[in-house]
Amino acid sequence: MDRAATAEKIAELIEPFNKKGVAITEATTFAGDLEWDSLTVMDFVAAIEDDFDIIISMNQQAEIENYGQLIDAVTKLQG
Amino acid sequence: MTDLFNKFDPLIEQRRALLAGGVEDPFNLVMERVISPTVAVCNGRETILLGTYNYMGMTFDPDVIAAGKEALDDYGSGTTGSRVLNGTYAGHKACEEALKEFYGMDHAMVFSTGYQANLGIISTMAGKGDYIVLDIDSHASIWDGCKMGDAEVVPFKHNDIVAMEKRLKRIPEGAGKLVVLEGVYSMLGDIAPLKEMIRVAKENGAMVLVDEAHSMGFIGPNGRGVAEDQGCLEDVDFVIGTFSKSVGTVGGFCVSNHPKFEILRLVCRPYVFTASLPPSVVHTAATSIRKLMHGANKRAHLWENSKTLHKGLRDKGFTLGTDEPQSAIIAVIMPDLERGAAMWEALLKEGLYVNLARPPATPAGMTLLRCSLCAEHSADQVQTIIGMFERAGKAVGII
Repeated sequence: MDRAATAEKIAELIEPFNKKGVAITEATTFAGDLEWDSLTVMDFVAAIEDDFDIIISMNQQAEIENYGQLIDAVTKLQG
Repeated sequence: MTDLFNKFDPLIEQRRALLAGGVEDPFNLVMERVISPTVAVCNGRETILLGTYNYMGMTFDPDVIAAGKEALDDYGSGTTGSRVLNGTYAGHKACEEALKEFYGMDHAMVFSTGYQANLGIISTMAGKGDYIVLDIDSHASIWDGCKMGDAEVVPFKHNDIVAMEKRLKRIPEGAGKLVVLEGVYSMLGDIAPLKEMIRVAKENGAMVLVDEAHSMGFIGPNGRGVAEDQGCLEDVDFVIGTFSKSVGTVGGFCVSNHPKFEILRLVCRPYVFTASLPPSVVHTAATSIRKLMHGANKRAHLWENSKTLHKGLRDKGFTLGTDEPQSAIIAVIMPDLERGAAMWEALLKEGLYVNLARPPATPAGMTLLRCSLCAEHSADQVQTIIGMFERAGKAVGII
């Protein structure tokens, strides 16, 4: 899946987690803008992992602060 | 200059607000005198202890105390050295022998704390390119062991066998895999479905480490823990445990049947670069572990206590962490931190000590009053405790 298709799929997956209806751009941060706690992060990561059939380890998650970085990482992880 | 303490400001403010309300500081309690495993004088009041993890009440066992006193006379107050230099005494070996017999395993390694046992074993065994798959509700020492090592860390939802399996199957071919589980999870007192989880882990080529800190001495026919109780101890590659709960002193350990296990003594940094436990501690631990092998009656009484308290609190209208009592921990769920702290203080004034647990230590942002029972709590004490909870709960408006 290329970056555009990956981004589209992630936009779909993030919907139920974006409870405050924040307008999401590539610069949107998970901790800051979306104010997610660690449990929400875990559930969201699990949803992404299950959909794309990938692992995003904690080590990799530490490098992902905003939405654009997530799309990049998932695009790359699909190999 | 940026004050490096600025990052703690939100916590400082939360604490200030809590204490400004007149609540006694739940994290600054002093035990002025300890009368028995279940009673102490704290903040000037005689208090029933219901938050000590002293499950088997070994802290005042006469044989255990005698062993410690004798070791102080015979070996001195401390070893002043690492296990791999001048810090291995007869008592450390005696302790490891006792552990091998207790678990029926080939190897045992004693650490200076339980925290260091997890830190050391996990960070040393899982290296660069390896994967650690662990329950999201794992203890801080497990997380810190992951953080200290170089492995890829992959958490899964608490006790979720399917989530664990999916992650194991996605790990690249040929990578080393370590699954880390706990027998009893200490926040809610619930146990893991170890038999199923270990079967899945093994099917997927993973080694398995189980932390049995909160089950040793109590759960399982011989007190070996939840894995023994579920009949899967032989499939566990590494059991981690502690002396600071049922054993009644301080220290940690790992037992294993792995043929190369002994090499860990040379490569495990939290083992090498720490002074070993004092002689009095290892002699009390060895004596206590041997006595725990024959603790069937105490185990039975502790189960009775756990069942009685669980039912009693539920009948009074409290919300508990588990539907049935699964361990010697009963977690009472509080509506929020403010009322949790008020309830904690009301109980202390009644003469009862429990643990106030709050995020980030707790799952799902919960505030808990965590009760850990002791085999030395009398049936009368348990009834007294239920009465104290009822009065405090009504005073604070929780029930």
